[in-house]
Amino acid sequence: MPDPVVLPPFSVSLAGAEDAVRAGLAQAMTCLRPLGLSVDDAGTVELVLAEVLNNVVEHALRSTEELTNVEVRGAQSAKGLRLTVIDRGVPMPKGIAPAAKAPDVDVPIEDLPEGGFGWFMIHSLATEVHYARIGGTNHLTLLLPVGT
Amino acid sequence: MELTSSKEHGLHIVTVQEHRIDAAVALAFKDRMRDATDGGDETVLLDLNHVQFIDSSGLGAIVAAMKNLGPERKLVLAGLTPTVDKVFRLTRMDSVFGVFPTVEAALADFQS
Repeated sequence: MPDPVVLPPFSVSLAGAEDAVRAGLAQAMTCLRPLGLSVDDAGTVELVLAEVLNNVVEHALRSTEELTNVEVRGAQSAKGLRLTVIDRGVPMPKGIAPAAKAPDVDVPIEDLPEGGFGWFMIHSLATEVHYARIGGTNHLTLLLPVGT
Repeated sequence: MELTSSKEHGLHIVTVQEHRIDAAVALAFKDRMRDATDGGDETVLLDLNHVQFIDSSGLGAIVAAMKNLGPERKLVLAGLTPTVDKVFRLTRMDSVFGVFPTVEAALADFQS
């Protein structure tokens, strides 16, 4: 059984502006390239990371002018890619990650939801989602069924 | 956020000339769609073949664009690339929109 491939941890900078996530996400995807993920698997990782980083900017940062460094740790094993995203923002409410709530699409068009899909997508794409508050930082750990 | 429009056989084709519809541009997309489609009465075909990535904000903006057309008009989609298609399938939004592999397929369906 091969040992997990542990990537050197890397940081991405998110300035608290709307396009902050785009740059940080691109940086993260570049740092994950050594994993040699398939196009489909890389798409899964990018989708999940986009939602996680969007969430950090929207909820964890105290002010939109703040520049924050988010640390990403990745380890690839036969179980999948374990990613931990660490930010120094405010804690998650109730100390747990929001649950997956599937958008209700069986409604008239005028009642279709326009938001609230983010955590649903994270939970749908990740096999494990775990949140911990450790010494003033948020640790969100995900196991993604990719690279296996 | 660049959108280009053409009208073909009674269909209004809006092509997104961007690679991403994400949180950075979701609002701009909604605004540009409104500019392009307000005041019309045709079915709108959104050509997404250049778009490589959407996040939940992008999906929400596309839903908003459809709602903005009102109950008398439809929004159909063409050219969903793999990651974009994944988002629509995961959220089951592919059941809400008509989805065609290409603009040609959408036109053929519309004319039949």
